[in-house]
Amino acid sequence: MGNRWENIKSILINFGISLLSIVVALIFGIFFILLTEQSPVSAYQALYQGAFGSFSNILNTLWRSTPLILTGLAFALPFRAGLINIGAEGQLLMGGFAAGVAGYYFTSLPGFIHLPLAIFIGMLAGALWGGLPGMLKAKFGSNEVITTIMLNHIAIALTINYGINQLRTSTRMATPRIESSAALLRFKELPSHPFWGKLPFVELFAHPGIRLHMNFILAIITAIILWYILFKTTLGYELRAVGFNADGAEYGGIKPGKSMFVTMFIGGAVAGLAGAGEALGTHLSFMSGMDAGYGFTGIAVALIGQTHPIGVIFGGLLFGALNQGGLEMQFAGVPSEIVNIIQALVIFFVASLQILKMYLRKRKEKEGVE
Amino acid sequence: MDTIKQMLSLSLILASFRFATPLILAALGGIFSERSGVINIALEGMMLFGAFAAAYGSSINGNPWTGVLFAIIAGLMFGAIHALVCVIFKADQIVVGTGINIFATGLTIFLLQVLFNVKGTSPMVARLPFMRVFDVRFSVTTYIAIILVPVVWYFFFKTSWGLRIRSIGEHPAAADTLGIKVNRWRFISVLISGALAGLAGAHLSIGDGSAFVREMSAGRGFIALAAMIFGKWHPVGAFGAAMLFGYAEAVAVRVSFPFIPSELISAIPYILTIVVLAGFFGKSTPPAADGEPYTKGEN
Repeated sequence: MGNRWENIKSILINFGISLLSIVVALIFGIFFILLTEQSPVSAYQALYQGAFGSFSNILNTLWRSTPLILTGLAFALPFRAGLINIGAEGQLLMGGFAAGVAGYYFTSLPGFIHLPLAIFIGMLAGALWGGLPGMLKAKFGSNEVITTIMLNHIAIALTINYGINQLRTSTRMATPRIESSAALLRFKELPSHPFWGKLPFVELFAHPGIRLHMNFILAIITAIILWYILFKTTLGYELRAVGFNADGAEYGGIKPGKSMFVTMFIGGAVAGLAGAGEALGTHLSFMSGMDAGYGFTGIAVALIGQTHPIGVIFGGLLFGALNQGGLEMQFAGVPSEIVNIIQALVIFFVASLQILKMYLRKRKEKEGVE
Repeated sequence: MDTIKQMLSLSLILASFRFATPLILAALGGIFSERSGVINIALEGMMLFGAFAAAYGSSINGNPWTGVLFAIIAGLMFGAIHALVCVIFKADQIVVGTGINIFATGLTIFLLQVLFNVKGTSPMVARLPFMRVFDVRFSVTTYIAIILVPVVWYFFFKTSWGLRIRSIGEHPAAADTLGIKVNRWRFISVLISGALAGLAGAHLSIGDGSAFVREMSAGRGFIALAAMIFGKWHPVGAFGAAMLFGYAEAVAVRVSFPFIPSELISAIPYILTIVVLAGFFGKSTPPAADGEPYTKGEN
């Protein structure tokens, strides 16, 4: 009984911290908007309109949140096992590159084989790129923060600088366009689809500006699967035990090394899916600049979601809305980079407000002693 | 044969000093922060903001030294944010560092539009003076970086202040019982770290070039971090590593290899760092309390 109440209380505190951080970040954002000599009210109105103003804007908010949800998950899962995965950026690049290459390399596969294969290859590439630092940590004790940072830059050199230069067929900094058999279904194609086109109301999606594709659905499914793994399976229990106290977990018969590898491997696979989705759904090729810092923004997304897989979905939606609405702000005369500033401020505030939790915990301990 | 001749040419070796300058400065900055026990992966962002501030300062009155001053102030400001959130509010240092890097990217492009009304490259600004050695031009910042290496070494290993900072990074509780104000010294160390990273940025925008370009730090803050680790958190070691990495960059730009594509040579510092961290060249161990916030009365 008491346990359940504690659970609800901790969820409420976490939710409160996230909400407060966002509100404070938006208030601080006013200062930056004033620098541009625009009205903060109309700027934030533009932000809201851009993100939620119409049906297609809402769907594009979902589209922009897709890679963020996935990179957020790629940070959140290892974080639960006590590891800090700064490498989602590199894992996303490797996944996007591998999926993009698989997308154009196989030319005569049917769609129901080609698409899953390309996604699988992308996820595998990301998983290996994430599993490597996990293995180095387990075997040699290498600090995963530094190794993942280094692997990010190696990934840039491999995929963008070298890979694209080798494979591109035009001046466009991208790999060749993927075969249509490897493309993720886009929502705007639904009405003309032989199967889905028969559904009611499907013609609502027939708008050329809608860029949402099926990777959003995959991202939501991934979040639910990770929630299940983390909280309903032995593996998840072990991961969380290692994150809580690695020595204690080892004493209890759990191998921390295995958990470190597994959690980074899965995290990398999820970041790889983010890259695969961008390559196969958004750009239809692997292109330079496709990563757009998602790996790092994902950290903020995970923190806003308090590193809970379901919370990460909401964090991703929020940051997707900011990214989508930022474009409208640009039209209103405020540079859209204000969104990055607000996102960074959110990180500072969420990170700082953790001290509140520490304070509450300490107060409780004191009460317990007295 | 030609390749080897090119690789050993005097002009190439001298050019590596130019490439190494921002790495040396930022790595020294990193040493300050991490020796005191605060992880600083925000060097990249501090460098980027410093580069912008240098270009802006230099554009105000046409005096590049104003730019240097602005770069240092910019670095101090970001250092203050990092220190405030990490040392005072005891937040996760990795997370905050990442936040500062995002902040720097957004803020510099934002300010480019607000102050210069451009999106990519600032207008040309006055550039720092340079001096020639063997016919190769070196910006003043390169000399500053090289002079600072022994200065920082002397500070850390021959002065009592340096000893204090080192003791805080190794065992803050013990330092505290000796009456050293742990969090105050950490705050100061992170500020110095920011100032040095800001100076590194000034080299990029007004030392080596004469304009700010968006995202011009291009991962150099992270290579500086690698140099610091490679040099085992020691100023002279970090200098050596920065020179090695600067040399790798010079080679990647100027020498063409028969087998290895030049795009991959730029990744060598990153690969070497992973190898070092795995312990193949002797263990590289950070200060014992690196990354752990200190609260009086705990531990």
